[in-house]
Amino acid sequence: MQSDSFTQLLLPRPEGLYCPAGDFHIDPVRPVARALITHGHADHARAGHDTVLASRQTLDIMAIRYGAEFARVTQAAEGRMDLGGVEVSFHPAGHVIGSCQVALRQGGVTAVVSGDYSRVDNPACAPFEPVPCDLFVTEATFALPVFHHPPPQDEIARLLASVRAFPERAHLIGAYALGKAQRVIMLLRQAGYDAPIYIHGALQRLCEYHIEQGVPLGDLRPATMYKAEAKTLREAVVIAPPSAFSSPWVQRFSDPVIGFASGWMQIRGRVRQRGVEMPLVISDHVDWPDLTRTLRELNPAEFWITHGRDDALMRWAELEQRRARPLHLVGYEDDAE
Amino acid sequence: MKAFADLLERLAFTPGRNAKLALLERYFRDTPDPDRGYALAALTGGLETGQAKPALLRALVGERVDPELFAMSYHYVGDLAETIALIWPERGTGRDIPLTEIVVALSDAGKTDVPGLMTRWLDELGPSERFALIKLVTGALRVGISTRLALTGLARIGQVPIEDIEELWSGFEPPFAPLFTWLEGGPRPEVTARAPFRPVMLSTPVTQEDLSALDPAAYAAEWKWDGIRIQAVSEGGTAKLYTRTGEDISGSFPDIVERMCFDGALDGELLIKRDTSVAPFSDLQKRLGRKAPTKAILSSHPAAVRIYDVMTWAGEDMRPLPWSERRLRLEQALADLDEPRFDVSERLEFTDWDGLAALRADPPAAVIEGVMLKRLDSAYTAGRPRGPWFKWKRDPMIVDAVILYAQRGHGKRSGFYSDFTFGLWDGDTLVPVGKAYSGFTDEELNRLDRFVRANTIDRFGPVRSLKATLVVEVAFEGLNRSTRHKSGVAMRFPRISRIRWDKPAGEADRLTALTDILDGMGA
Repeated sequence: MQSDSFTQLLLPRPEGLYCPAGDFHIDPVRPVARALITHGHADHARAGHDTVLASRQTLDIMAIRYGAEFARVTQAAEGRMDLGGVEVSFHPAGHVIGSCQVALRQGGVTAVVSGDYSRVDNPACAPFEPVPCDLFVTEATFALPVFHHPPPQDEIARLLASVRAFPERAHLIGAYALGKAQRVIMLLRQAGYDAPIYIHGALQRLCEYHIEQGVPLGDLRPATMYKAEAKTLREAVVIAPPSAFSSPWVQRFSDPVIGFASGWMQIRGRVRQRGVEMPLVISDHVDWPDLTRTLRELNPAEFWITHGRDDALMRWAELEQRRARPLHLVGYEDDAE
Repeated sequence: MKAFADLLERLAFTPGRNAKLALLERYFRDTPDPDRGYALAALTGGLETGQAKPALLRALVGERVDPELFAMSYHYVGDLAETIALIWPERGTGRDIPLTEIVVALSDAGKTDVPGLMTRWLDELGPSERFALIKLVTGALRVGISTRLALTGLARIGQVPIEDIEELWSGFEPPFAPLFTWLEGGPRPEVTARAPFRPVMLSTPVTQEDLSALDPAAYAAEWKWDGIRIQAVSEGGTAKLYTRTGEDISGSFPDIVERMCFDGALDGELLIKRDTSVAPFSDLQKRLGRKAPTKAILSSHPAAVRIYDVMTWAGEDMRPLPWSERRLRLEQALADLDEPRFDVSERLEFTDWDGLAALRADPPAAVIEGVMLKRLDSAYTAGRPRGPWFKWKRDPMIVDAVILYAQRGHGKRSGFYSDFTFGLWDGDTLVPVGKAYSGFTDEELNRLDRFVRANTIDRFGPVRSLKATLVVEVAFEGLNRSTRHKSGVAMRFPRISRIRWDKPAGEADRLTALTDILDGMGA
């Protein structure tokens, strides 16, 4: 099967992946008439589309972020749907709450757009579902063989060891508001840390949403205490979006340990560049072993690479004699992980 | 190895001194012998390294990983050891290999055994321990802590002053078992090594106001030379050169060690001396850290020692004697030695503090950084007692510079912009000349932080580029020429001595203010 045989089903366009047969886009980076959204991260779920089809949870998240009227028409994905003669279905991607892959079928050909995905257990969402396909569209955020993300439980154990060794220093962990922040909280709870966890205001609404959806996060408190109170904290863990560390908000903590939960923290240069003292390698993307394992397991006739380190993945495809194509899609942020 | 790798990682990312000390203390307390002893040796540069060269490691990884994928990864990561540690395909067996096992196996290994050992360890260890292993065997640990900091952390596990540890530790071989036993309440060990290090006597700073309360007739004065303080010990046929923290630097200065034909321990300043003139500190820097200096550098940068004091001589401990008595013995001893590379520090004649101030204001050489005052009746006491010895440094040099960039601080300064890059005018552009992160009060820090946030024109990660409007007075102790800095100059110990909220940026100093000083120094 050649690339050409997929072009009725899927095409890269400047605004994102486009399905000519069904006349819709998937995760478009500019406003379009009909958008299918894989998950709620802001670079995939943008505002301004006329009609949006996504999982119920992704629609909820978009409403939280952009207001209830974020699109003229919204539809929650359910079962197998027909969009202009193309059969469309949504399947769990294991990335963040509500995240899905989109499968397209027409004339006996199946294409799967995976969005961002992970193969590591995450209590906030259903695990990645391998969908047999002819064309698999993958991200390549961590597509270099140096990315072997350790078990997240080990990273949390290191954090807790440090919290206990330096009880008077609040541990401030940078984590993105959707997905990572709640993941860190859940991992702490699983490790038996049941003290209140302090959260920055920017995380509050999305944490509440997780709780509403039945994801237990335990006792959360706002991290807006006065300096005098912040001084009295012992063994405190504070979660905040990374941008908060450059705002005066952080000045209320005296001598904190600054941490950051991200797959990028595996690279020491990145740790130094961000001025991080406690790097936590916790990712919601596939690392190199999981990415290559997924491609072998699905064994599609061809795979396309949306964004990230496509050069290394193309080299891997060459070594494995697999057909692959880099799309160089613009507008997806590698850094927001 | 897990605990050691974890220590290295945390030390590398922890900026604060106190936090580093806490990490060291915890490691030395919780790690069993002999692992902690070998770790101490590794941290202080006392382990034999270099068994595996980068070329060998590249070859090993080449057997496991596609070279193109390796090249892309190396290009991305930027560090060979880190790339290999991360890309090595095995995930580790979970068995923690003790540091001791690795050190002992390497010291027993022949050259042909090393590849097999390394492969086995790389397979068995996890990524973070692999990184530590590779840095250890290639001799590129560079953990960013000084020997003194490591020993200070060590001192915290016992009830023993750091000076006592400094005196003793170099007398033992890794893994320093008697030292740890002593720290944990055991008997003080006897040093059996020859030519051991003895703890050094240090001075405290003094100002002209402080001096008015003191009697000038009770003190001797000497120049304070800008070299490195050393201890030259030669006993029973063994000669050793130590830094003031007890680090053995004999290997870097064979031209000194081979001339130590005496029996005693001398305290002095290591300098680079051509004929009778003492070269700037930057010349000495070229010799420091070279484990095996070449013939060329030995002849272009000849070392010399200017002796301040005698600690022992011909089997006699001179330290309890008063300074004036030790000085006489020293002059006699050096006259007998008759070695031009060793001379006695000149004693300055003065009758009152104003007279000494005049000498201090106009020293005969640029490499003099002030005067030392020593009580004539002072015994040689380890540590930094306040009173018997003072350093009266020359006034710092000062320029008015413009703040160009600010970076967020760490630890107690988290969230505050507290690290500043400043520049001077060169034509109509400002050239960065240095960085400063001290010299201001907490209140000033608050105001500087607000200034940075209100005057940012661009951001690069944690760094902000600022509107060039704020002038600061920068004080510094010395200047060197530098090929690494765009401005061509490097300052020593720059700090902000005053914030000139009132001064327009256009009135800040020009770069020539610094280059003129360098030209005047003949540097």
